[in-house]
Amino acid sequence: MADAPRDIEALIEVMAKLPGLGPRSARRAVLHLIKKRALLMTPLADLMMSVAASARECLTCGNIGTSETCAICLSEKRANGQICVVEDVADLWAMERGQVFSGRYHVLGGTLSALDAVGPEDLRIPKLMDRLEREGVTEVILALNATVDGQTTAHYIAGELEPRNIEVTSLAQGVPIGGELDYLDDGTISAALRARKAF
Amino acid sequence: MEWRENGVLLAVRRHGENAAIIEVFTRAHGRHAGVVRGGAGRRMGPVLQPGAQLDLTWRARLEDHLGAFGVEPVAARAASVLEDRLALAGLSAVCALLSFTLPEREAHAALYDRSVALLDALGADGWARAYLRWELALLDEMGFGLDLSRCALTGRRDGLAYISPRTGRAVHPEAAGEWADRLLPLPDSLRPGGGEGGDVLGGLQVTGHFLADHLAPALGDRSLPAARARFVDLLARQRGV
Repeated sequence: MADAPRDIEALIEVMAKLPGLGPRSARRAVLHLIKKRALLMTPLADLMMSVAASARECLTCGNIGTSETCAICLSEKRANGQICVVEDVADLWAMERGQVFSGRYHVLGGTLSALDAVGPEDLRIPKLMDRLEREGVTEVILALNATVDGQTTAHYIAGELEPRNIEVTSLAQGVPIGGELDYLDDGTISAALRARKAF
Repeated sequence: MEWRENGVLLAVRRHGENAAIIEVFTRAHGRHAGVVRGGAGRRMGPVLQPGAQLDLTWRARLEDHLGAFGVEPVAARAASVLEDRLALAGLSAVCALLSFTLPEREAHAALYDRSVALLDALGADGWARAYLRWELALLDEMGFGLDLSRCALTGRRDGLAYISPRTGRAVHPEAAGEWADRLLPLPDSLRPGGGEGGDVLGGLQVTGHFLADHLAPALGDRSLPAARARFVDLLARQRGV
């Protein structure tokens, strides 16, 4: 029993490193898990062990799954000639939540960054180029963040794709659903105005 | 300690979950870093983009502390160049070079004024030439300025054709002699009075040499930010070189 509090303290310390949790909230979460040991803690521990052993990056697109090729890349229904390029797996999951895109994805694993010295060779850009011919891609959709680094990366990829006969598109920028003009920054308003369409 | 000033945002780095450490360039305080609480949040994302002009209030208990910035947006330059590939590359190159070269907390008022003028001109007619002039000013400010007004050996001011890769001084063909192939060609864009004509890329090759082989080694054997090379490559590609 003397070791138990040390183990629990260690668990709290590890939990506190998770995004969204600090030392106090980690302590609360651990206490909750201990109280619901059978209902939460044991299944959580089992699942974490299982995922830790099986989770891996898809060798084709960079998505995270439990096999070498993810379900999206395996699905023939998704082979419609479109590839959506995203920065991170979280972006891929966000796109999938929307259930509006029926093609395949390519996760870059970051963006070009002058500050962090991230160059094209540090991203999965060469793998994207390999996929284009192999999968008969006709359109590359650049769904990268509307930041300096995100758009620098988008322009770089578009430049690399220029010699190939592939349509390159990017996500629109403008007023978000539920957004109020009064609260938008100047850049978003000017982007929205430039991208206005007939009503 | 507290001061308030306008400045250009050079770089942002996430600090913990919600905060960010930013690097700004101001007229009176030079390159200065500080924490922005909530800087990694969604509300501040559009504001904290490199190149943005910010109204900054810096507070710290002691002068040598990192301190914290209060930030208000003045002008969001990135938004206006996001769709312009070359201008965006130029913006990244300017911010990366300033962050790379400037010593911390040392005022460079003249360079600040030139940098703001260049950032405001990104994408306008002739801005690539303004960028070249800005790199020359950056080298000058850092103590590696080029002297292209007269030949280093003969003192002649006409017909200058080369630059010494070691001293950065102009050389007349007569004085170059058998050393000519070891000298850098002097492009029209860098000739005295040759402001409007000439090729910008040739000028950027010269400034690139002095940035990479003279300035960067003096800053501790670091290589130049890749953003500059990407900008020059893109400019060359757009001009069909």
